[in-house]
Amino acid sequence: MQKKFKNIFKVLCISPLLIIFINLSVAAEVSRIDLLKTNWSFEGIFGKFDRSALQRGYQVYNEACSSCHSIQYLSYRNLTEKGGPEFSEEQAKEIAASFEVMDGPNSEGEMFTRPGRLSDQFIKPYPNIEAAKFANGGAYPPDMSVLVKARKDGANYIYSLILGYEDPPAGFEIEDDVYYNKYMPGNQIKMPKVLNKGLVEYADGTEATEQQMAKDVVTFLTWASEPHLEARHKTGFKVILYLLVLVALVYFSMKKIWSRIETKQ
Amino acid sequence: MSEEKYVPKSKLGQWFDSRLPLLTLAHHINDYPTPKNLNYWWTFGGILTFFLIVQIITGLVLAMHYVAHADLAFGSVEHIMRDVNYGWLIRYLHANGSSMFFLAVYIHIFRALFYGSYKAPREMIWIIGMLIYMLMMATAFMGYVLPWGQMSFWAATVITNLFSAIPLVGESITTWLWGGYAVGSPTLTRFFSLHYLMPFLIFGLVILHIWALHIPGNNNPVGIDIKQLSKETVPFHPYIIIKDLYALLIFLIIFSGFVFFVPNVLGHPDNYIEANPMITPTHIVPEWYLLPFYAILRSIPDKLGGVVVMFAAVFILMFLPWLDTSKVRSAVFRPLYKIFFWILVIDVIVLGYIGAKPPEGMYLIIGRIATIYYFVHFILIMPILGFKEKTKPLPLSISDPVLGDEDKLSSEKTMNNR
Repeated sequence: MQKKFKNIFKVLCISPLLIIFINLSVAAEVSRIDLLKTNWSFEGIFGKFDRSALQRGYQVYNEACSSCHSIQYLSYRNLTEKGGPEFSEEQAKEIAASFEVMDGPNSEGEMFTRPGRLSDQFIKPYPNIEAAKFANGGAYPPDMSVLVKARKDGANYIYSLILGYEDPPAGFEIEDDVYYNKYMPGNQIKMPKVLNKGLVEYADGTEATEQQMAKDVVTFLTWASEPHLEARHKTGFKVILYLLVLVALVYFSMKKIWSRIETKQ
Repeated sequence: MSEEKYVPKSKLGQWFDSRLPLLTLAHHINDYPTPKNLNYWWTFGGILTFFLIVQIITGLVLAMHYVAHADLAFGSVEHIMRDVNYGWLIRYLHANGSSMFFLAVYIHIFRALFYGSYKAPREMIWIIGMLIYMLMMATAFMGYVLPWGQMSFWAATVITNLFSAIPLVGESITTWLWGGYAVGSPTLTRFFSLHYLMPFLIFGLVILHIWALHIPGNNNPVGIDIKQLSKETVPFHPYIIIKDLYALLIFLIIFSGFVFFVPNVLGHPDNYIEANPMITPTHIVPEWYLLPFYAILRSIPDKLGGVVVMFAAVFILMFLPWLDTSKVRSAVFRPLYKIFFWILVIDVIVLGYIGAKPPEGMYLIIGRIATIYYFVHFILIMPILGFKEKTKPLPLSISDPVLGDEDKLSSEKTMNNR
């Protein structure tokens, strides 16, 4: 029984790894450049979001990204929720109210604008994709709601991309209004370099270096993609602990029950 | 199987049971004689039943919140992930559950291949099992389309386009499947409807699968028939139930690892981009569990040929009980088959790897060799091996040798040692 158990355990451990390997090899074709890495607070089994990084990240999104990129699946109420930036309700209401939201029709059938409320979704910079493309030289700035999950190794990729602007190497032909980026597949990107040192002034006094802003905004985008990440990690830890205890109990019960058979022989 | 006729103790029980023998059924499951030498490879049947139920229950809840419309599907999945209470958990359980379901079914199928569980008198179990497997693939494929991401849309486009390869009526069939002239909302709604229906068909087939199993009883690692019911079997309850439970819990720990810590590692990042008919992804790939067949499809240079060969790769398994000519069931006593079995396992893994790669250069060549070998294994190696192979002497009964003991011990010697 012991030996057989080891065998099956090996298979159970190896087969998921094999599947993951095959899966990862799918996307590996695209680019072989090593991405920039940084320490993410949300990685690992006990990973949590750095609360102040999320709040700073929201500020960077709001001041630097939101003029082109929407986050249509976030609402202002999400900013107060547990596991997120956890702005106080007053702060979030203030943030929401700083945006003009189209509402209506009113009793006279007219559309009107009013200050945003917590229940409103993040307002979009453009009314539709065509308008977004027209304003950005034909390129559509993607919605950022699940952007981190929509790219392989998303957090590191976006972090690298934001910091990956360089002068094109000699002989690399590049059109006007297109920029050279080390990490973009094909190295050409229509988004200009946005994060320059001191672009935002952090309320908590953190120095707004390029790396700092990039890290903060990627943390924010990761939360936007996976708002329940903290709850997931916490629940997962408890579930696995519970299962381990249960496995031990069942194992000894099984030994006891089967001992009736094995002694009979 | 010789069992004493069961009669309920109470009068009420007798009255009920003579009209609807549910108590007899419960008693049968309780007492069902199971070979006592079953190893842990036999626990996957229980694991699979469990995962079918998990998929049905989580799917039921998801269907309460999901909207099957091309403009709304992607958003409704995000709504589930963000605003539905524990929606993220239910969706990740369902998405990763399908992967675990297939992992378990592949182990279950290869176990049957290794121990010859498909041979007489168990052909019906095998055939029903293969039907379940095919339905599973169809169900999983349709389920993959529902989130309406880029991979959903393009996988649906690629797979439904296969039917256009059928001569004469191909185009009409594809249009009929789509409910239009391209994959769109009508395609999505019918896929949703069928995705909801099929698990219940699978459930029905699972009942038949188990029913067919309970006629001859379980095969076992030694692969010989049970001689003495009382000495060589144990009642299903509690012996097998506790063992299945133990294996299931270990499997659940791995499942939880995926669900809670790497829930998206088995999916494709492109499926978090909303479907866009104007942009084709660089590589269109199905979920990992369909990759071997995808590799076979693409290794044939002709469209119709590829489709035919891919379906043949699945259907050939149906004929396995007759393609395998060996009288000996278990690979334990078949030294050559054992080697070919493992080569087949590697071949299928290679096909899976190739399915994930673009069909060009070396990948295409390796894919073609692996495809040819896949068919050679079933059409040539298995029938010939049955005649040519020198099998090891079979023990007299399953309690005779302990599986895994060195083969040098002849069966008689072991008996003397007792």
